[in-house]
Amino acid sequence: MSAFLLEIGLEEIPARMIAAAQKELAERVEKLLTRERLLAAAHRVQSYSTPRRLAVVVEGVLAQQPDVQEELVGPSRKVAYKDGMPTPAAVAFAKKAGVEVTALKTVTNAKGEYIGATVEREGKRAADVLAAELPREIASLYWVKSMYWRAGKPERFVRPVRWIVALLDGEVVPVEFAGVQADGLSYGHRVLYGDAPVVISAPSAYVAALESAKVIVDVEARRHKIRKDLDAATRTLPDARWRENEELVDTVTHLTEWPTVLLGSFEKEYLTLPDEILVTVMRDHQKYFALEDANKKLLPNFLAVLNTEVDAAGAAIIRHGNERVLRARFNDARFFWDVDQKIPLVDRVEMLKNVTFHKDLGSYWEKTQKNLKAADYISKNLSGYHSEEWTNIRLAVELAKADLTTEMVKEFTELQGIVGGLYVREQGLPKEVAIAIYQQYRPQSSNDEIPTTKLAALLAIADKITTITEMFKKDIVPTGSKDPFALRRAGAGVVRILVENAAVRDHLHLIPVIHAANQTMEADKDLRFRVFAFMLDRLEFYLQESCGVRLQVARAVRNSGAVEAEDDSPGKLVGYGYVAGFARVLHEQTGSPDVVAVAELLKRAANIQRQAREKGINPPDMESPSLLHDPAEKELARQVTEVNAVIQKNYREGKYNEVISAIASLQSPLNAFFDSVMVMVDDEKLRDNRLALLARTVSVVRWAADFSELASISTVA
Amino acid sequence: MGVFDARPDTKLKTATSSAPTKSALTFQELLFELQRFWAARGCILQQPYDVEVGAGTMSPETFLRVLGPKPYSVAYAQPSRRPADGRYGENPNRLFKHTQLQVILKPPPQNVQELYLESLAAIGVDLHQHDIKFEEDNWESPTLGAWGIGWQVMLDGLEITQFTYFQQCGGIDLDPITAEITYGLERIAAFLQDVDSIYDIIWMRDVKTGREVTYGEVRLAEEVQFSVYNFEQADVEKLWQHLDLYEAECKALLENAVASLKNGDTTARSRVPVLAAFDLCLKCSHLFNLLDARGAISVTERVGVIARIRALAVGVAKVYVAQREALAAA
Repeated sequence: MSAFLLEIGLEEIPARMIAAAQKELAERVEKLLTRERLLAAAHRVQSYSTPRRLAVVVEGVLAQQPDVQEELVGPSRKVAYKDGMPTPAAVAFAKKAGVEVTALKTVTNAKGEYIGATVEREGKRAADVLAAELPREIASLYWVKSMYWRAGKPERFVRPVRWIVALLDGEVVPVEFAGVQADGLSYGHRVLYGDAPVVISAPSAYVAALESAKVIVDVEARRHKIRKDLDAATRTLPDARWRENEELVDTVTHLTEWPTVLLGSFEKEYLTLPDEILVTVMRDHQKYFALEDANKKLLPNFLAVLNTEVDAAGAAIIRHGNERVLRARFNDARFFWDVDQKIPLVDRVEMLKNVTFHKDLGSYWEKTQKNLKAADYISKNLSGYHSEEWTNIRLAVELAKADLTTEMVKEFTELQGIVGGLYVREQGLPKEVAIAIYQQYRPQSSNDEIPTTKLAALLAIADKITTITEMFKKDIVPTGSKDPFALRRAGAGVVRILVENAAVRDHLHLIPVIHAANQTMEADKDLRFRVFAFMLDRLEFYLQESCGVRLQVARAVRNSGAVEAEDDSPGKLVGYGYVAGFARVLHEQTGSPDVVAVAELLKRAANIQRQAREKGINPPDMESPSLLHDPAEKELARQVTEVNAVIQKNYREGKYNEVISAIASLQSPLNAFFDSVMVMVDDEKLRDNRLALLARTVSVVRWAADFSELASISTVA
Repeated sequence: MGVFDARPDTKLKTATSSAPTKSALTFQELLFELQRFWAARGCILQQPYDVEVGAGTMSPETFLRVLGPKPYSVAYAQPSRRPADGRYGENPNRLFKHTQLQVILKPPPQNVQELYLESLAAIGVDLHQHDIKFEEDNWESPTLGAWGIGWQVMLDGLEITQFTYFQQCGGIDLDPITAEITYGLERIAAFLQDVDSIYDIIWMRDVKTGREVTYGEVRLAEEVQFSVYNFEQADVEKLWQHLDLYEAECKALLENAVASLKNGDTTARSRVPVLAAFDLCLKCSHLFNLLDARGAISVTERVGVIARIRALAVGVAKVYVAQREALAAA
């Protein structure tokens, strides 16, 4: 059994692309070997990467493909032999198959008798297969962004390829890609090892050979070393800890071949700048880790991850350099802070006319006006909030985008909103307004925090729903993997705030939120419908991913009357907190026999309705009591009315189990109804009345959930 | 010698600074060394271009030379004007006009990164005592219809160089590809001399007397006065008029050029003033930057003006390539 090593040496690959490429290369090599029958049952694939290389080592490679016997089928026997003699067709087939004519045999299949031949195919050498196939696999690697570098532009790749190592045990596999011929020579750390090649004698020697050339090729080993060194450097300060940041650890792991950690410090006076700004400068701009004390207070220190190893003199120089850069950055930040205070945020709103929101959607000033209109509408749906708090609401919305004109945000764009909030506080405006502006862009991801206050929730919702609606108006709609303005994230954010924010979740429904962003709804029903459908997709996804409910329950709730809210008059709409709460409880109950039974009955009722509709029958909205004759239908009508009251009352009190048992209690009247009442009778009046009763039954239940979605769930699930 | 005259109160740098400044190059020595280094590696040494530009990339020595098949290697310093970046000389790290050392290698040699690292050694950076990283940073200029793939080179956490493999310029796909290395001279000098303010960089040191002249002495007045002009006094209406005039002339030249290249003989073709048209395009670009610094370009106008300048740059690139091809075929 052999081992195979492939290493592609490159100029520095962007850190963000390395992990995926490493994985893909390993998968491609493994698949290739499998496809070519070159992989032993017991095999092991390991992959490596640094900024300057992608590598894969496969143990358990067959030196040669196994020989195979192949059965070939030729022309029909009638064509192949005339009077017992082989025809030219038979001779040609034998030649093609590489056998003597006398070796041809007869094959009988469903279509008749044919001539055939058994051919021995000798397996190819692994080295030959790899040399022939690997270039295509390498060329197919996916890169977010790639480039040309050679004259004539024969290939695109992430960065120029500088060397390739391809070894099957000790033998070089003559792979060629991008004009580079593979050999057994790799290269070590640029500075610590220099330009001399590193001889790789065999795949098994790869990791060790590079380690002695000051390159740790194993990503996890590098990550581990970085974490250990961060800990060790932190321990030199009493009571200190470094601020955990997995993303940053990942980045520096992919930026280094031989990482070491350096502790630096900065002047205490900079600690008067807000933490957010200090940490952003260190983390995003310098890729430093921040340090804090036991009370999570920032310390005037940082940790830098170097891609080298130096003595004390070198460390002093590098520390000095990094401290100098950081000091300049902090000075900038302080300068921006001071300069920005000269024009308070309230005077910056007008300046937003010169900041583009989107080329087809105008400036941030216009965006602010739209947000204001939406916030006005939504706050009126938050029981008395508008009349009590309008001054603050208005201030928060109007100032929300003003920080985009500040030097601080121009320099540190990722701090938009946060800087606005800090400036509002600094400029003596209400704390509520500061918090709202600070949190307006939350949540940035599905595990990011949501806005914590009512005003922050209102601002975040108004901003996001307005963006979604305006973009939809211009047909900027997410498709497949393309969502350049992160509208899905914005939509998911709105859903999460509606469900989770304690100040709004009991009161706010999605319908007024959508209305708020498009108040000329009559004129644009189609837009409203598209935005609503888009938002319901987010709700369905949220219920599954965040609330852990199964697909059918998410659908049943999505299609419920409570969500679709045909009647959106005040007092009829429920807060989205209830919708999610009900979904969770329904999820727990879906397996129970009662729920399944009633779901099946309701599905049957819905089917009858549907069939009637297909026949063009239009029953009245409500059954007429005087036309109810059979005791079973009278009983059903009575119970449906009762159940409706129970559902409406308990749902709004969060007593979801009561809602579900009330629905389940319809099992017996429905059974009785189906047993003794014939719906599709000749008497049209009677028929339509019964259809109306069934329709009401379905609709009363569907207000809480579309139970027909739940019928298919087996009770053991 | 005018501004270089030593005055009694001239701030003299003492040698007691904590940092390794003893052997650090002065600003002008830094430029000498880099020029010497690249000249020794086959580069033509050019002088800075004498029209206002925002970056060395906009000099015809880059913008036009990267087009077409002809190999070309050149190095030049380029004072680069960015009106909006001016800070009245008050910010120690920001300048209205900074100096780039631009190196163009067409096509790039295989060992281009190693060459670059050697150039750092040539200016006194011992890589064994420093931390160097190539971090992804792609470059794009919508006004020039140009973009490339590359890195920012980080030395001890400081971005000292932009390294770009040009992919497209003037809307034209490039072949061969050019490597562009852009050193930020002020930053590098401040780093080497370990000063916290650009204005404290030692520009020159008299070999005989040891007298030193700082960057501030040479350039501070310029930073102050141009900040005043760029932010406060540039006449917006006239800037717009200048822009219209330069644009009109550039367009007219380009229209004539297209006709002459189609119909003229070799002499007529070689006389087509594409290079003058490019100067006019650069003028427009600088005027746009000035108007921008004055806050005179509204959101709706902005996209339009960028498109106007891009049209000129793309037009020049096309005509330049057509002229080269016409002359090569003759």
